[in-house]
Amino acid sequence: MVETQTPLVAIEDLTVRFVSRDLDISVVNGVSFTLAAGEAMCILGESGSGKSVTLRALMRLLPPAARVGGKISIGGLDVTTLADGDLRRLRGSLVSMIFQEPMTALDPVFTIGTQIAESVVFHDGVSYSAGRKRALELLELVQIPSAPRRLDAYPHELSGGLRQRAMIAMALACRPRVLLADEPTTALDATVQIQILLLMRQLQRDLGMATIIVTHDLGVACEVADKMAVMYAGRFVETGSSVDVMETPRHPYTRGLFQSTVHGGMRGAPLDPIPGSPPDLAELPPGCAFAPRCPAYEPACDGRVPDMVEVARAQFARCIRCP
Amino acid sequence: MLLYLLRRILYTLPIAIGVSMVCFALIHLAPGDPLSAVIPEGASPEVIAQIKTAYGFDQPLPIQYFNWIWRAVQGDFGMSIMTRRPVLSEVGPAVVNTMILAVAAVTLGFGLGVGLGIAAGYTAGSPIDRVVTAISVSGVSVPHYWLGMVLIVIFAVNLGVLPAMGMGAQGSATFALDWVSLRHLILPAIAMSVIPAGIIARSVRGTVIEVLKQDYVQTLHAKGLPGRRVFVHVVKNAAPTVLAIMGLQLAQLLGGSILVETVFSWPGTGFLLNTAIFTRDLPILQGTILVLSMFFVAINLMVDLLQSVLDPRIKRA
Repeated sequence: MVETQTPLVAIEDLTVRFVSRDLDISVVNGVSFTLAAGEAMCILGESGSGKSVTLRALMRLLPPAARVGGKISIGGLDVTTLADGDLRRLRGSLVSMIFQEPMTALDPVFTIGTQIAESVVFHDGVSYSAGRKRALELLELVQIPSAPRRLDAYPHELSGGLRQRAMIAMALACRPRVLLADEPTTALDATVQIQILLLMRQLQRDLGMATIIVTHDLGVACEVADKMAVMYAGRFVETGSSVDVMETPRHPYTRGLFQSTVHGGMRGAPLDPIPGSPPDLAELPPGCAFAPRCPAYEPACDGRVPDMVEVARAQFARCIRCP
Repeated sequence: MLLYLLRRILYTLPIAIGVSMVCFALIHLAPGDPLSAVIPEGASPEVIAQIKTAYGFDQPLPIQYFNWIWRAVQGDFGMSIMTRRPVLSEVGPAVVNTMILAVAAVTLGFGLGVGLGIAAGYTAGSPIDRVVTAISVSGVSVPHYWLGMVLIVIFAVNLGVLPAMGMGAQGSATFALDWVSLRHLILPAIAMSVIPAGIIARSVRGTVIEVLKQDYVQTLHAKGLPGRRVFVHVVKNAAPTVLAIMGLQLAQLLGGSILVETVFSWPGTGFLLNTAIFTRDLPILQGTILVLSMFFVAINLMVDLLQSVLDPRIKRA
């Protein structure tokens, strides 16, 4: 059924370079994927793999030094060529974003209510009091206790979990069709993380949004995502349904990532970290970027960047050893 | 909020008392006898003792302080030694005159400083930013009395379009809201405004750059807010820092500038202090300095209160 729809989000060969006078870093090197309404995708990767930049590129939320290439289509709009005014109308209404650290991502000198209401006022063209009414609805939607009182609270008066709920409410203010979340639970306590993830999962299903979550936390990934993409050095190295990727990882990097994760079932077993460190994005090797750290390395890996090949039904990996 | 207000005002009291003690002590720490200017040469010891008693200088210093401060809170700052008129009737008009000049200079300087600072902060690293930085650096480095003299040479002497000194026709010392008085105000106000303009431009630029780097500004863009709404957020976040500096500048301007007021013969507190220093007019000096330092205390209090209104995090502290 999903295949017959035009995808809500279609990214083709996305590249992002950061260019300054004496530096040219390729952070994202050809990312392609599609996402339908109601689908949740997770981009998994280490710090510096380009996952956050990929996410920000979808709404062109990048510093001026960034050069974006490839095609970004959301809801039929070509985001890369959108005029500034149209881009502003797209941000926050068609596509909106939840940030990692709600303490710094919310303005400290405006109340929660005002910060939610202003989005509604500008996108829906309603009065400020109507915006506040919508803000109250939203705070109740994200299950903030005694919501009417929190409307007039400043960010520093809320706990970390409530702040992130308020941030989610703000992101949902104008009924976005695509929700982007950049490490939405990383800054929270473990117990609060679960609550926020369950809330996001539920809202995503209820509101039928396409959701992309960027994380380095496997637990988060398997909790919320239908689809999973593993990112390394600015490229997707493995994609597929979350279940397939988690149960039968094909790419050596994905396997290494799963083996180096701590979970309860491995008490007493030695940790098995991936040797070495991620490559310097300013000097990427011509071949597979993971080759220097790969346990299954062979000289042919240095030849050229391998293509994404279908290794199982709807599961792709970028490795010359994969069939 | 009311409780916070009362507490802040209460905190100010010890500061005010301390400041008044320093005012009092400074004069007595200065070398030379404060009465030497009025005691005639060759006066007999009896006459000197008589004069000392008349001015209360025979009492111990703490008693002198309490007598002085007690009369001061009742509005009695004593008599001017030179003019024999009550200090208040000398200081009062001078304070008003300085305020007129200060308000004009502040309007000019803060307006220019804020405008330039925002332009530079928003375009950090651009040619606009570099031009503003050059302007603000010269604003703080050019001596304002020298600039005053240059302005007089250009506009009063060479072009003859503006008056060079005084604050009204025929050396009048009262300000009227008419064209003549306003023309007298222009040059000294410009000379006084360059330093605050430069300082404010620099601090606004720095604060705006700092605020624009914050995560929440990115959130505002991610919400798709128009630039003018983002600007409102930037202003409210930058305001507490800038206000603190504005308060200091305003207090300094209200203190009057001895140099600029002397260059333009502006009958303000600076001019009065200058005269009092050279005539060793102790009561005038004490009275003027006390009034001016109370301005400082009051303006600091006002800035504190304003900051707490703008930034909700301050009230908790």
